[in-house]
Amino acid sequence: MNPLLSAATPTTTWYLVLAAVLFGIGAVGVLVRRNPLVMFMCIELMLNAVNLSFVALAKRLGDIGGQTTVFFVMVVAAAEVVVGLGIIVSIMRRRPGATADDIAALKG
Amino acid sequence: MELVVFVLAAAMILVGAIGVIVRSNPVHAALSLVLTLFGIAVLFVAQEAHFLAAVQVIVYAGAIVVLFLFVIMLLGVDRTEDIKIEPFRVQRPLAAVVGLGVVGLVVASVSASRDAIGTGTGAGLDIPTVTGDNDSNIRQIARSVFTDYVAAFELTSVLLVVAVVGTVMLTRRIKSGKGRS
Repeated sequence: MNPLLSAATPTTTWYLVLAAVLFGIGAVGVLVRRNPLVMFMCIELMLNAVNLSFVALAKRLGDIGGQTTVFFVMVVAAAEVVVGLGIIVSIMRRRPGATADDIAALKG
Repeated sequence: MELVVFVLAAAMILVGAIGVIVRSNPVHAALSLVLTLFGIAVLFVAQEAHFLAAVQVIVYAGAIVVLFLFVIMLLGVDRTEDIKIEPFRVQRPLAAVVGLGVVGLVVASVSASRDAIGTGTGAGLDIPTVTGDNDSNIRQIARSVFTDYVAAFELTSVLLVVAVVGTVMLTRRIKSGKGRS
């Protein structure tokens, strides 16, 4: 193998930077998109970015606690998706084709 | 080799993530999300989190994305959304500024603390390829969940029950003549 390729092994910093970029893309998506379902997918992107940084730091620190935390984050993400999609289904049943801007009834 | 795996998985992740936010059709966005989640699972394997990689594929790519696609089809919103419409004129430039600001701040703090993060300060990870025991990663996580984090684990079960019951309450149709109590 090319010695340059084998010399450059990805470090924890690379993983953390990748996680930061993924989190940024998710944040932009939540701010830009108006379809509530796609906004939910962008929240999943952000959660996955955080999971990636947890796993990278667990490897770096040699601590299994990081991986255990990711396990709990996944459970909470699954519960969040279930409740969120339930809310979206009940909103969409009342107003088909609603976007996030149309659901401003709770605005104070 | 590690570099090749990292670069390919990072490309999958970023292409998928950009696909989620630029695809106008929600079905395509959900499929791009699958690409991102698989890339994350590959990086989990590269970081010795074998159990979490399996859970990532089964729970995220399997269950959650299928749930998304199911709701998209159920609601019939699988037609293309016109993403040219911009209700607030400053929204997109402002969102780009916020996104770049978040990324810049995190990258700056990561690179500033690059050497400050300790190495191997914990008890160590059981790596199956090193220990020769194929279940060692799962066993170590299980020991951690059922000893140090057992209270959080029990609360998680309560959370799941509440989420299921709450969803059933949210989406059930109210029969006429009976009020919601």
